[in-house]
Amino acid sequence: MKYFIKKLITLIITLLFISMLTFAAFSVIPGDASLTKLGTDASPEQVEALREQMGLNDPMPVRYVRWLKDALRGDFGESYQYNGTAVSELLAQRLPVTVVLSVMALIIILALSIPLGIISAKHSGKWLDTFISQVTQITMAIPAFFLGILLTYIFGLVLQWFQPGKFVGLDESVSGCLKYLIYPAIAIALPKIAMVVKFLRNSVLSEVKKDYVRTAYSKGNTKNGVLYKHVLKNALIPVITFVALIIAEILAGSIIVEQVFSVPGMGRLLISSISNRDYPVVQAIVTYITAIVVIINFIVDILYQLVDPRVNAQ
Amino acid sequence: MKKRGILLGVMVLLVSAALCACGKGGKNTESSDTVNSSSEVQGTSEAAQTEEATAGEPVQGGHVVLGMTQDLVSLDPHQVTDAGTRGAVFNLYEGLVKPTSDGDIEPAVAASYEISDDAKTYTFTLRDGVTFHDGSAVTADDVKYSIERYAEIQGESSAFSILDKVEIQDEKTVVLDLKESYSEFLPYLASAAIIPASNEDPEGNPIGTGPFKYASYKPGQSLKIEKYDGYWKEGYPYLDSAEFKFVADVDTAYTELKAGTIDILNYLTIDQTQALSDDFKIVKGSMMLVHAMFLNNEYEPLQDTKVRQALCYAVDRQAINDFLFGGESELIGSHMIPAIKKYYEPEAANQYSYDPEKAKALLAEAGYADGFDLEITVPSAYSQHVDTAQIIAEELKAVGINATLKQVEWATWLSDVYSKREYQATVVGFDGTLAPSDWLKKYCTDAGNNIANFSNSDYDAAFEKAFAAVDDTEKAQYYKECQMILAQNAASVYIEDPADFVAVNAKLSGYVFYPVAAQDLSTVYYTEPVNE
Repeated sequence: MKYFIKKLITLIITLLFISMLTFAAFSVIPGDASLTKLGTDASPEQVEALREQMGLNDPMPVRYVRWLKDALRGDFGESYQYNGTAVSELLAQRLPVTVVLSVMALIIILALSIPLGIISAKHSGKWLDTFISQVTQITMAIPAFFLGILLTYIFGLVLQWFQPGKFVGLDESVSGCLKYLIYPAIAIALPKIAMVVKFLRNSVLSEVKKDYVRTAYSKGNTKNGVLYKHVLKNALIPVITFVALIIAEILAGSIIVEQVFSVPGMGRLLISSISNRDYPVVQAIVTYITAIVVIINFIVDILYQLVDPRVNAQ
Repeated sequence: MKKRGILLGVMVLLVSAALCACGKGGKNTESSDTVNSSSEVQGTSEAAQTEEATAGEPVQGGHVVLGMTQDLVSLDPHQVTDAGTRGAVFNLYEGLVKPTSDGDIEPAVAASYEISDDAKTYTFTLRDGVTFHDGSAVTADDVKYSIERYAEIQGESSAFSILDKVEIQDEKTVVLDLKESYSEFLPYLASAAIIPASNEDPEGNPIGTGPFKYASYKPGQSLKIEKYDGYWKEGYPYLDSAEFKFVADVDTAYTELKAGTIDILNYLTIDQTQALSDDFKIVKGSMMLVHAMFLNNEYEPLQDTKVRQALCYAVDRQAINDFLFGGESELIGSHMIPAIKKYYEPEAANQYSYDPEKAKALLAEAGYADGFDLEITVPSAYSQHVDTAQIIAEELKAVGINATLKQVEWATWLSDVYSKREYQATVVGFDGTLAPSDWLKKYCTDAGNNIANFSNSDYDAAFEKAFAAVDDTEKAQYYKECQMILAQNAASVYIEDPADFVAVNAKLSGYVFYPVAAQDLSTVYYTEPVNE
């Protein structure tokens, strides 16, 4: 319980700190939400009226406190660029898409990287291990957005397995949506698979050298028996932590990959909101992403304890 | 070392695979070239002959997706300020009058209009049978409400501040009284969309009188519109429905065009038009922009007219046109586009020729024989501006000016360059309405948007006369004088009205250009039955 409270306080402090930082960053960079919205044809009266309406004429600390008060009540305000649409409504439209995309990417990562990592460790030094590590080395080096462009070109334009840009919303057809999201999910997953494979391989190899493995062998276990029953259990512990870190990267990766595939998720909303200086939306998305990352880390910490009781003792 | 060798090998394989794929695309170029030359080519001047230029029998029905690299600012027509949004909502709304594709004004919600001799009283007779998308008839009250609401939102410094009052003479007649004589008021009225007075939420529930009615809007995704069966103009529109799809960037939009997700896409580069397959035809028009390197006349070296003239001689406009627009743009020499035929001064374009030697001589005369530093600020999201600025920077270096590029975000450009005028030079394009004053007013000394900080008493006097003139010939004469003053004093380095290449699905016909922001889908039709 004490542990839980400690983590909760960390979460709140992190969120406060990040939201303050975002707010401060936005008051430093040039650009003005009202001007951006109205463009070059607006009269100064129109701009001024909009500034007043958006509350941009107040000093930064006043605006931050006002935002914080509302946010604490769960009210993230209204978007500037989408005339008074509630930010929560915008997020509610976008969040499911990004969550589905991220979960798909995560599933692909785990489904491929764990077997590959084990195979790689089992055959360490042999040609299969070399092959896997070469391939993963390459995929790790390709940035997700470029992979996205390659996938669009190969599967979208040449093979025509999917139609770039023809995204089907979750509300229209779940299977249609999943079919479309497979490609961006692969683009996000491929570079990350390589990292997990490498990490798992090294983790297994370092476990194999430990004393308990020798004991397990001496008890008459087969090679596979030792690997799956004893080594893997221990080798996976650091991998869990690593996967938690990767989830944060998946979220970040989806921001860019969503652009390439025209997926209307949080990433596209975030980028368009930044360029339109739509502070309320940016603020809310950054807060959300921070919260997700911190909470996932928290969950992993707890999982860690469950898997390895020694953690609690320390 | 060995590992690297393998890695390199695989990389080479990957790259060559990618190159093969590109090679395949290249083959299409030849075939699309022939398509280009045979396809309908309609500049602004030929826009009137659009009907002849388009081929094929119209088929009723169908759905069209038009790609846009921006989102809409507002669906409330009175709030709309940017060209992209205006182009889209053109299909939903109409004013008492509306622009035609050849730069004229025709009655829309009004059946006819009469302008008094002193251009102070505008009388409109409403058209019979014009209905809103909710089915109700347009009344004189709706017209009065709409114009007053528009005038209020536009504010004191807009052209609408000249409006004194709107009077309802009878059920079918509305009279607009102006405070002063102003014969250019009609084009502005085209922007004042007529909306029902009873609609409390014009933003969330857009209702107009246009050929299409609102169906749905998803922020950041799309605007969907449907045919309005009760449209007053018989036979229009042909399409059942259409979608404006908002795409993150130009490259993504181009990919979706090639994949067939998008049917119509504006602002292609010359390279992109050549790489398209014959599933598309290229319609050529003009962007209706004054594309220029605007100069801050208050930046010290640029205060000297000779220096500004030197810049005009140093920039090779034709080279920019050839390189970026395949030579299809029309070169300009002042702040007016050729499409506004009545008021356009063609002579301004001949004021300067490309002459680096003369530029150097002028710089030396002004005391800048060793050049000076010039920072060209350019919005990074617009490749044609960035590319133009790059060419200009090289050309300026050739005459000894140390030109550098500063790429900024659009939001930064708006606040630093446009609003605060903290810049030295900037490459952008300005659009405008059919009213000539809309283009030229920004060079008056005290204009709120005098981005060039231009100040010239002759100009101010000529503009004032032009603005007040009621007689059209007289008006044109003064506006032409204004343009010549801008050219002679080199207020900025004017380049061109850029060519606009639009890719249109080959099964479609009837796409027309307007000299104002308008993506008119009511004239677009399929030439073969659509099976969807």
